[in-house]
This record gives sequence, C-alpha cells and structure tokens, in this order.
Amino acid sequence: MNTAENHNVGKTVSANPDQILNADEEYLTIRKVSKQFGDFTAVNSVDLTIKKGEIFALLGASGCGKSTLLRMLAGFETPTSGDIILQGERINDHEPFERPINMMFQSYALFPHMTVEQNLAFGLKQDKLDKSQIAEKVTNMLNLVQMQHLRKRRPHQLSGGQQQRVALARSLIKSPKLLLLDEPMGALDKKLRARMQLEIANIIDSLGVTCVMVTHDQEEAMTMADRIAIMDAGEICQVGTPSEIYEQPNSQFTAEFIGSVNILKGAVKDDEPSYVTITSDDCETEIYIGHGITCFVGQEVAVALRPEKISISKTKPDQQYNCISGVVKDIAYFGSHSVYHVRTPSGKTISVTEMNDIRWAGDRLTWDDPVWVYWDDNASVVLTE
Amino acid sequence: MKDFQWRRFKKWWLIFPPYAWLILFFAVPFLIILKISFSEAAIAQPPYTAIFEYANEKLVINLNFGNYLWLFTDTLYLNAYLSSLKIAAISTTLCLAIGYPIAYGIARMQGSIQNLCLMLIILPSWTSFLIRIYAWMGILRNNGIINNVLISLGFVDEPIRLLNTEFAVYIGIVYTYLPFMVLPLYANLVKLDSRLLEASADLGAGPIRSFFSITLPLSRGGIIAGSMLVFIPAVGEFVIPELLGGAEILMIGKVLWGEFFGNRDWPVASAVATIMLLLLLIPIALFHRYQFRELEEKS
Ligand SMILES: Nc1ncnc2c1ncn2[C@@H]1O[C@H](COP(=O)(O)OP(=O)(O)OP(=O)(O)O)[C@@H](O)[C@H]1O
Ligand SMILES: [Mg+2]
Repeated sequence: MNTAENHNVGKTVSANPDQILNADEEYLTIRKVSKQFGDFTAVNSVDLTIKKGEIFALLGASGCGKSTLLRMLAGFETPTSGDIILQGERINDHEPFERPINMMFQSYALFPHMTVEQNLAFGLKQDKLDKSQIAEKVTNMLNLVQMQHLRKRRPHQLSGGQQQRVALARSLIKSPKLLLLDEPMGALDKKLRARMQLEIANIIDSLGVTCVMVTHDQEEAMTMADRIAIMDAGEICQVGTPSEIYEQPNSQFTAEFIGSVNILKGAVKDDEPSYVTITSDDCETEIYIGHGITCFVGQEVAVALRPEKISISKTKPDQQYNCISGVVKDIAYFGSHSVYHVRTPSGKTISVTEMNDIRWAGDRLTWDDPVWVYWDDNASVVLTE
Repeated sequence: MKDFQWRRFKKWWLIFPPYAWLILFFAVPFLIILKISFSEAAIAQPPYTAIFEYANEKLVINLNFGNYLWLFTDTLYLNAYLSSLKIAAISTTLCLAIGYPIAYGIARMQGSIQNLCLMLIILPSWTSFLIRIYAWMGILRNNGIINNVLISLGFVDEPIRLLNTEFAVYIGIVYTYLPFMVLPLYANLVKLDSRLLEASADLGAGPIRSFFSITLPLSRGGIIAGSMLVFIPAVGEFVIPELLGGAEILMIGKVLWGEFFGNRDWPVASAVATIMLLLLLIPIALFHRYQFRELEEKS
C-alpha cells in the first residue's frame, strides 16, 4: 500500500508540484466545525488541517469535546455546522459505513461472539473480497500485531493488551484513509501503556496511515503524535509539534496543561527589536527576554518558565537579570532528578528541576537553605494572552 | 473459622428458598403423579389402586406398566403429542416473529416511552386469562366483530369460520404468550452495547448487515429464553384449544383433561402427563446447557 501511494505521489509531483504538496498538507480539513447538544456547545468552530501520514493528537481535559470531534470524523455525530473534507471531498453527510475511515474504540468494541480472526475479517467481508484474499490479509495483519497464535480465541479469552492489538488490527485491516483512535490506552495499566504507545505508533508509522487520536494523557500525546492540538471547552487553543507546544506555549492554559510551569506576572518595561525587559512583583531583578516580541510598553504579560530551565545555587549568580532569591521549602526526590520548591520574598513558590548528578557533585542543598534561582535570556516564554 | 461457618450458613440460606420451592411445588406433585401412573384404575376413592401393600410382614409393590403401554397402542395419544408439539412450535415461531420487532423497538426507545410500552405489553395480563380468551371468542364468532366488519364492507357474503379452527388456537396462544417472548428479548436487547453497532458500521456494514451479524447473534440468549417460555406452556395448553379450537383440535392438554375428568382414569391421565414432562425435558435440558455455557464464558 505504501509503495503504491509513493508511486502515485511521484507521478503527480512531476505534473504539478504545488498541487500535490497542497493535497498532502491538507489531507483532512476540518473547517469551522461546531457541534451543539441542545443549548450546549460541545465543539465550537474548530479549524484544523491534518497532513497525510501524520499522527495527530487531540489533547484536552475531560469533557472538552475531543471524543465528540472524533465521532464527527467517524460519522457517528453530524456537525451542527462546518465542513469535514477528506482528500478534497466533503464527507459531512456520508454515513459511517460509507466513509473510508476506521476507528479503534476506547473500550475496543470487539465483537464478543466472534473469534479474533472473524473480528478482523468482518470489515473485509463487507467489501465482498473473496475468501482467499480475506484469509491472506487477516494473516498478514495478525503477524503485524503478533497475534497469530491467538487467532482462534474469543475476545473475552484475551488480556487487555491483546484485545488492544486485535482492536488496532481490526481498524487497520481495511487500509483506511484515516485511522481514528479514541483513548487508545485508556484500559491499560501504566507499564503496558508505555510499551504499547511506542508499539502502536511504530505500526501506524510503518503502514503510513494518517491518524487522529484522542487522549487526555499529555505523555501519550507527546510520545505518539507528530502534532498535537490542545483543546479546551470545545475550542482549539494551540496546534503544534510536541516540542513547539512545550517550548512555545501560546497561553497560560497550554503552558500549564503540558508539563509543569512557573508563571511570573508582570508588565513590559522596554520593548526593543532585539530584547524585551519586564518588571514583575515576583522577581526582584528585571526579566530579560533575549529577542523581540509583539507587545507594547506597559502591557500586562505572564512569563512562563519551565522548572528544568531554571538553575539553583547558594551563591548569587553573576547576572543583573533573571534571578530571584529565596529559601528552599521542599525537595522532591525522583531518582534521576529532584524538584526544589523555592519560596521567594514575594511569597511565590518557584519549582526548579535539577539533575541529581549535579546535586551530588556541587554544593548540596537542604531544607531552609537561602538560594538563588536564575535562568538564561532565552529560557522563558512571554504569554501576552 | 467462625467467619467461614457464617459464610456457609449464609450461602445455605440463600439457596434454600428456591430449592424448597422446587421440592414442594414441583418434585412432590410430580412424584405423586408418577406414582399414580403406575397404578390401576379402580372405582374407589381415590380412583386408583395402591402401589405399596404391606400385609403379612411382606411389602408388595405393584407396578403397573399397562398405562404406558396403552399410550402406545392407541394412536390418539401419539397424534395428540405430535399435534401439540407442532402447534407449540408454530406458535413459538409466530411469537418470535412478532415479538422480536416489538422488543427491538422498545429497547431502542427513550426511557419514559420505553417504560410506558413495557407497561402496555404487561397490562393485559392483569385481567383474567379466561376473560381474555372469552373476549376472543366474541371477536372470532360467526356474528363476531371480524365477520360483521367483513360482511358490512362487502368482502364476504356469509361469515367465514374463524372460531373452532386451528387458526383461532394460534391467535389465542400467540396473544396470550407474546409478553413471555417480548420481555426476555427486551431484557437482552436493551443490554446490547451500542458501540458494537458503531464498530460494525465503522467497518462498513450497513444497518441490515449489522443487524444480522451483530444484533441477532448477540440476542441468541433472549431468543432461546423467550422461546422456551412460550413453547413449554404452549405444549400443555388446555384452555385455549378447548375454548377457541373446538372439538377437532387435538392437543395433549385436552386429552389429559378428558382422561382425568371424562373417563376418571387417573392412572392413564398421569401416564400422559409424565410422558409430556419427559418430552419437555429435552428442550429444558438444552436450554440449561446453553445457559451454563454462557455463564462459563462470561466468568
Ligand atoms: N449525546 C450527547 N448529548 C448531550 N451532551 C453530550 C453528548 N455527548 C457529549 N456531550 C457533552 O459534550 C461534552 C464533550 O463530550 P466529549 O465526550 O466530547 O468529551 P471528551 O473530551 O471526550 O471527554 P473525556 O476525556 O471525558 O472522554 C461533554 O460535556 C458531554 O457532556
Ligand atoms: Mg472521550
């Protein structure tokens, strides 16, 4: 399947490079899609474009409308307004069984009265493939997910992880144009989860399937997805690669949703093309940002600082900007690293992550030590919202 | 240790009532009937001979197999059994054909309408069964509602015979036993996980294919339970064939009645009843084996 598509791509590129680039970039377009349940707006005017072959994660807190959006892609819910366009074709009004889209359900929804094999063959039978073709595809898929030896079992005779493989295989066997995963790890324990995240992502990548997944687990999204959309209350807050979202959050919500973050509130003092300084009640020195940002003098902003980008030391660092004095109030030991909670004179608590090899080598910090925390010119992100 | 004893005590008390019920109202009456079936008819009170006689320090057991042999010499009985099984089987099929769509429809409804519809299904059984069958006599009679309507609309010139036909027996049985089909089917269908149907649609199956490959096989338990609840009592049915079927309809319940109250031949009547029970044991055993398998699969 992969080779056939590449072949196809190759052919068209020579004909019209711009167009094919566009078609791959806008493989799936979600345009101003809203969904209302009565007065309640579950999904509010969502715009997204999904590229061919990528794994795209919708990440958000419970009840933010991720499942509803996914179910609209599958065809189980009809959008109240907006368009869903797959490869240039508007599919809003297509029935679920007419869409070239397959879904792996949160609880797997394996057919309990069919064996593993029959579950996989079900979708192919609907396409009226002949028996030998079905058998071949089923065998290939079982090999891919390493379930060949359990092909005659019924779903209730399988472990959670095995059921998940079958569910994945069933949703991949028809080579869908779009694969949907709803909380794919929801029913697994933590250890198995970590393993299956990589395994599933590898299988999907190896088949080159375009995939939209839903999760409320940020680690899962970061591990599996090429790009992530952060959702809140039915709206998309930010779209980007995992590192973009982590390093350059565009709002306090995203910054706090992904990983932990220290937020310092302040106002812009100097707004120069090459740097910006900010005064904050939480920071006795000025905050210096080593690049220009779109803002105006006096604007209220929030500065987001990841704990691992902050350094901590007993001696005052040699810099005029970006440092705060404080007292160590708490130390959380995590093996490879420790998190220090430092109380500042303004009463704020700043979290700082330090690798433990540094901790043992340098001056050892303990509770109630007076310390300085400080960071680089480019360590912080300014949130203007 | 104490805890263990208490648990055993509790377990015993939980299983005691159903067993007591079965012994008192099923096993004991059956044993009495079985005993009578091996005696001989007599003009006495009660109208049969004793099986156990104790005289001169000897216990004599007189087992009379004549009643059973008699059932095989007269084709009346064989025909009655076969006819009963046939009528019960056809009625069960009709109940299933009518009851399944009803149960399916109700299971798909919203909460409050669902309860209302279930009420409507159960409501008729709150009036006397006999009165309802008499009402059907009124409807099916030559000058009953159906014939009157047909004649006044000019479809027929003279009344068609509806009452005292096999057709009337089917109407009676299906009408009476339909709730017994609908309720277990409903209980099964309402539990059906809607995500399985979504998965089926997702994999490309339209509504009709989804029904036949997902809904129907998964409701097998309800179909079997409902069919048993209709088939088993329908085989022994007496009132419906007596009142609606007239003299020509042969059913084992009627033969039984005739032997008990017409001929006052209790032993033969008991033999008829015992054979009927043995016949019914086959489907009951199959049902139990199925239920057992289901339970095993679930655990
Ligand atoms: N059929 C429905 N009728 C009414 N409201 C609904 C319906 N389906 C979902 N909602 C509401 O829409 C909102 C979004 O639901 P959705 O299932 O999309 O959340 P989610 O982001 O997937 O959450 P979770 O992580 O808990 O699964 C919720 O507040 C939910 O109550
Ligand atoms: Mg959900």
